Amino acid sequence: MSKRFLSGNEAFAEGIRLAKPDVISAYPITPQTIVVERLSEMVEDGSLKSEFIHVESEHSALSCAIGASASGARAFTATSSQGLLYMAECLYYASGGRFPIVMMNADRSTALPWNIYGDQRDSLSQLDSGWIQVYAENAQEALDLALMSWRIAEDSRVSTPVMVNLDGFVLTHTYETVEIPEQAQADRFLPPYVTGNRIDFDDPKNMAFSAGPDTNFIFKYKAHRGMLAAKEVVTETEDAFAEIFGRRYSGLLDSYRTEDADYILVTLGSIAGLCRETADRLREQGIRAGVVRIRYMRPFPNAEIAAALQNAKAFGVLEKDISFGNEGTVYTNVNSALQKAGVRIPGYNFIGGLGGRNISAGDIAQMFADIQDGTEHVNFIGIGGDGNGESNG
Amino acid sequence: MKEILWLGRGGQGAFTAAKLFGAAYTANDDAHYALSFPSFGPERRGAPVRAFTKLDEKPVLDRSQTEKADFIVVLDDTLYAPALQAQLKEGGRIIVNSKTPIPDTFTFDGEAVAAEYHLPTVNTVMLGIVSALSDYITEEQAVSAIEGYMPQKIQARNTGAVKLAREAVQK
Repeated sequence: MSKRFLSGNEAFAEGIRLAKPDVISAYPITPQTIVVERLSEMVEDGSLKSEFIHVESEHSALSCAIGASASGARAFTATSSQGLLYMAECLYYASGGRFPIVMMNADRSTALPWNIYGDQRDSLSQLDSGWIQVYAENAQEALDLALMSWRIAEDSRVSTPVMVNLDGFVLTHTYETVEIPEQAQADRFLPPYVTGNRIDFDDPKNMAFSAGPDTNFIFKYKAHRGMLAAKEVVTETEDAFAEIFGRRYSGLLDSYRTEDADYILVTLGSIAGLCRETADRLREQGIRAGVVRIRYMRPFPNAEIAAALQNAKAFGVLEKDISFGNEGTVYTNVNSALQKAGVRIPGYNFIGGLGGRNISAGDIAQMFADIQDGTEHVNFIGIGGDGNGESNG
Repeated sequence: MKEILWLGRGGQGAFTAAKLFGAAYTANDDAHYALSFPSFGPERRGAPVRAFTKLDEKPVLDRSQTEKADFIVVLDDTLYAPALQAQLKEGGRIIVNSKTPIPDTFTFDGEAVAAEYHLPTVNTVMLGIVSALSDYITEEQAVSAIEGYMPQKIQARNTGAVKLAREAVQK
């Protein structure tokens, strides 16, 4: 094990090197560029023995990865924002074909107005594409997810591609100390990919076929079941990871001081650290605050969220997303989890960080105050409620 | 938490200095944590650049841009403005690379030191100045960061510049 001072992108590239993908196909886009630059340097200097395919677009990048995976290869790609949206058609081919590709997405704003800064509207718009979606908080978790995501994706119970999301710039371009595991540890954790879901001249089969109304439905049901099976596989993978690398992760979500919390802020990604720090400060003032960081948006931790929030008086959801005409998508998902579990507490949605706007400690303290006092359902940080006339106050 | 704000122009290596300082602070020290990041966005040569180093003895969770710094380091004196004083914490200091003294700042002619070592920029010189005026990092840690994160052919010149800058301040 060695320690290096690396950016999120660089840390992720180190994780990918340890995972030894057979094929990397990618097209550069800010703020993802550094991860593919580093991987291409690793291939150049011989420390990573992968086929690196320079493609002419993101649509081709994922198409290449699908072709590689269909030949039994471990395939990686990375993108961001408009690049992810350009890939959208292929996302469904990859998940529908049950190809366990791993992709890193640098979460970035979507046009128009054009903007290269971070928010989560790109990946959250693709929740229904059939990909497992996980959100990292820091560079170490990014590296570790680069390794864990393959093991989850390739598990035969799951056979589903994984999108690992890193907040653009705030995580992809921020440097911090990262532990880089030894190759021998990584090899012990992640065996080579072996699958029957591949082109094989000795065992020919039909792949990526059409399915009419009679059977198509069954394939979708099986894809759903495969994604649900990932819940258990995430736990098993994290157990094995802790045993080999000595770092433990907390499953689909990460709860902080929620056991006795009156007011809980639910969020995802790199802003969670500042939320926890703010909760600590509020606790010193006698306000029982807690934080839930959602790690996996798909499969969604319905039961875990309900369990974390059930004793709270009220909650908020902070997200860098808005589904115009409704509310933030994470808020919709969290409300659904609570409704199914019969948890009836007031909840408020805080939309922030769109187009890279800073979210300060003061903003988060104000959210906790609003959760306590009541406010409109949907609030844009620094602007106010959305004027939809609904209030829980 | 200790915070350093670096101001420079694109190409002067302000972010490299921010990164090296974070790497130095955490070098061979498991009880130290750092975050280093640039002002995000498109990069243009000559355009004003801000970079940030945050140092603490526990993991740094606040990834937002520094509002009040312990040190503000200005690599190009045309970027200095008295309004910067308002971005200092109490007891904080502003360090400016300049040939002419500027009131309420620690002014240092970084180019003179850089010229000694044929360096085109003063970023590592100013890193040496901050390391000497603060007790955040040792000379050994600064050298270890340069050796760990700069291309080999420029390491000796930069470590030389750091040492000379530290000596100049300590005199």
